[in-house]
Amino acid sequence: MNFVLSLVFSSLAVLVVVLIPWIGVGALNLKILFGVVIPYAALATFIVGIIVRVLDWGRSPVPYRIPTTAGQMWSFPWIKSNPIDNPKGTGGVVVRMLFEVLTFRSLFRNTRLEYSKVDGVPRINYEWEKWLWLAALLFHYSFLVIFLRHFRFFMEPVPGFVTLLESLDGFLQMGAAPFNGFGLPGVYLTDMLLMAAVTWLLLRRILYSQIRYLSLPADYFPLLLILSLGTTGILMRYLLRVDITKVKELVIGIFKFSPVVPDGIGVIFYIHLFILCVLITYFPFSKLMHFAGIFLSPTRNLSNNNRFVRHVNPWNYPVKFHTYEEYEDEFRDAMIEVGLPVDKGAKTAEEGEKE
Amino acid sequence: MADTPKATEVATIDHYRPLFEQGWMNKKAEIKPGIYCYGAKPKNTNAVGMPFPKDWNPTEDDWHLPENWKSIFKEGLKDRLDKFRSLKIFMDICVRCGACADKCHFFIGSGDPKNMPVMRAELLRSIYRKEHTIGGKLLGKFGGGRELTEDALKEMWYYFYQCTECRRCSLFCPYGIDTAEVTILGRELTNLIGLNIDWIAGPVANCNRTGNHLGIQPHAYVGMIDFFVDEIEDVTGVRVEPDFNRKGAEILFVTPSGDVFADPGTYTAMGYLMLFHYLKDMGLDITWSTYASEGGNFGFFTSHEMAKRLNAKMYHEAKRLGVKYIIGGECGHMWRVLNQYMDTWNGPADFLEAPVSPITGTVFENAKTTKMIHLVEFTADLIKHNKLKLDPSRNDNLKVTFHDSCNTARGMGFLEEPRYVLKSVCNNFYEMPPETIREQTFCCGSGSGLNAGEDMELRMRGGLPRANAVKYVHEKHGVNMLACICAIDRAVFPELMDYWVPGMDVTGLHEMVANALVLDGEKKRTTNLRGEPLPGMEEEEDV
Repeated sequence: MNFVLSLVFSSLAVLVVVLIPWIGVGALNLKILFGVVIPYAALATFIVGIIVRVLDWGRSPVPYRIPTTAGQMWSFPWIKSNPIDNPKGTGGVVVRMLFEVLTFRSLFRNTRLEYSKVDGVPRINYEWEKWLWLAALLFHYSFLVIFLRHFRFFMEPVPGFVTLLESLDGFLQMGAAPFNGFGLPGVYLTDMLLMAAVTWLLLRRILYSQIRYLSLPADYFPLLLILSLGTTGILMRYLLRVDITKVKELVIGIFKFSPVVPDGIGVIFYIHLFILCVLITYFPFSKLMHFAGIFLSPTRNLSNNNRFVRHVNPWNYPVKFHTYEEYEDEFRDAMIEVGLPVDKGAKTAEEGEKE
Repeated sequence: MADTPKATEVATIDHYRPLFEQGWMNKKAEIKPGIYCYGAKPKNTNAVGMPFPKDWNPTEDDWHLPENWKSIFKEGLKDRLDKFRSLKIFMDICVRCGACADKCHFFIGSGDPKNMPVMRAELLRSIYRKEHTIGGKLLGKFGGGRELTEDALKEMWYYFYQCTECRRCSLFCPYGIDTAEVTILGRELTNLIGLNIDWIAGPVANCNRTGNHLGIQPHAYVGMIDFFVDEIEDVTGVRVEPDFNRKGAEILFVTPSGDVFADPGTYTAMGYLMLFHYLKDMGLDITWSTYASEGGNFGFFTSHEMAKRLNAKMYHEAKRLGVKYIIGGECGHMWRVLNQYMDTWNGPADFLEAPVSPITGTVFENAKTTKMIHLVEFTADLIKHNKLKLDPSRNDNLKVTFHDSCNTARGMGFLEEPRYVLKSVCNNFYEMPPETIREQTFCCGSGSGLNAGEDMELRMRGGLPRANAVKYVHEKHGVNMLACICAIDRAVFPELMDYWVPGMDVTGLHEMVANALVLDGEKKRTTNLRGEPLPGMEEEEDV
């Protein structure tokens, strides 16, 4: 499947995702379905799906301890080891994992190959390339902040940290955009960053020929889905405003397990909500599970201590190997000839009697 | 055997893809001479009881697959998913970010997009998705799933035997996805249906029977070492006296058989012999084994089970001889196996004792359960304690750089010890660029059983990034010697250097140690172990 087909397919899928609630609520008025039933189903799928997936991973044992060592091992006292990139115990592993999960440390190592041929001689350079790391980091953290900001719709009263986050997120923008205040609410920095980062992550899949080659619909689809999630969110905030009090009533109802569907919430909200539902439903069945998988990745979450702490493989089984006895039986004469000691054979009479 | 194209031809590499092309799933692999290795001969697969032995040729259409090969493959995959969390995770969580793409030496050297590590894994992942995921089952290609066809199998085979399991990609992967693990298990699957390569199957069969990959029988092994003893005497005037299979020795020494077989590894073997001789009076009590005469493990390139079978000999022999612990020689994948697998497979070796250097009294805490230490750590400790009389100026004709083996770097983290030893025995040491050494080191291009003759083009392509870094220090600092701690490196670098960086020599670490080592009662040394004049001795007549 080439990238055009992949993109068309993924875009169509996202279009369908947008149209379903548009028609469902806008034309057919199925508010309970889209405001209550589908969100519950999606949330359940999300939670159960992740648990099932992680348990399924956990069901398979870790037969060998195979960390990728990225620094000097623990050795003599006079050799400086690298306890984070080559951990010798749990402490190091925890730090390594924290760096990995919070700062995408491995991705930060990224370089870009620059290959050229000068007078028939290859020249290879490894250039600075942190854009992927930067985009990934901005995307994930912006998503997190936006998710946390949404707590103002889930909780009454609005928790202090949410207000703080909102003011930080908005404050930074105030300084940057002197044209604020044309009857529009303040622009959140994270909204912009998220959209920019996701756009870059999508563009690089199309522009970089290697990434274009290996991308699948499963790579375009979630990016497009998140883009449309962000777009509907931004639209709702700045152009197609919806009644926040009623939205909050609906959302809190869901979380309190006493759902209510207030009238007068614009269709755009249902589209936004449905995209989110599709995203979280899709989540456990997709590559998005990397968020949980990283914690179980055996090349990162294990210590490089095999030589001093025994690792047991639960399904280890005995194997038949060619023993010394069999070896000597085959080569005994030749061994004796060159004076190699043998266990059997050149026995003295005395030894023969003992047996 | 295919002619290897000239370096200037090979250097024309296009890493870019056209804007519009068919998706990769629609193209079948073209199996090219110079890239693939010959199929395993039945005598070798038979010798160790591998399934479906047969004569087969990868370039022919008919691979003589067993009738039920699909179900064997699928069952094998399922079985491994249940046994290896690594495989399950690595099949599920790749986001195809492409960070690994240009990190692979085979991709850099070939531009073949299916040599991007992510693609190598995707070949299997697509089958996995078709069989085991909802998306793949429901949506087929749109869900990233691919039918297991003969073409798909051939393609997987082709690319699993174009991976040296060096793990460089796993270093850059944000989730630590390790293509080596995928290749190792992928090769197990191909082996289940009789698709081995002979360059691996042959050494495996040899190692099983004679104790080493090269099929050296005990008397011949002794003969080879005796030859080194004479050579050493010629150079130093000192006669070293190694012994073999001696019960009651304190230490068993196991090294890759490549060291006793071909230059320049042989000089490294001489280095071991001289070092052991030097230490004999200081209390070193060490013996060689003709039965456990292989440090490397080509079984590891076949299946976990085969690797375990071959590895079992080390502890078996250590137990029979009644030694206290084992020292291992200079080898790359050998040390990944010893570090990350040996104890799990064949331990606990509770009949051995935690290694203690008989000369310095240093306890090797980091090897207290496997009871096996690296000769280079042993030597580093000796040098640190001033136990070796060294004259590094004997290596003054050399400007040396050091190649970290993939496996000791990324499967162990053995980075400083070899450098410490090297800097103690030579005065001119230059590092290659940082993104090509230590944990980011580049493979020699011939590891994991791909050091055959028929895939020479692949090897030269795969070795290009390493060679290019060597060339850099060669031109900048006049480096003329590439030091390494791996027998496969020593076997394959000479050809690689001749191809890309003429004028470079290759050495093992202990050859350099031995040249610098001042033996008691030695004659005036005029040449190094290779018979080349030592610096300042160019005019001396060899009497």
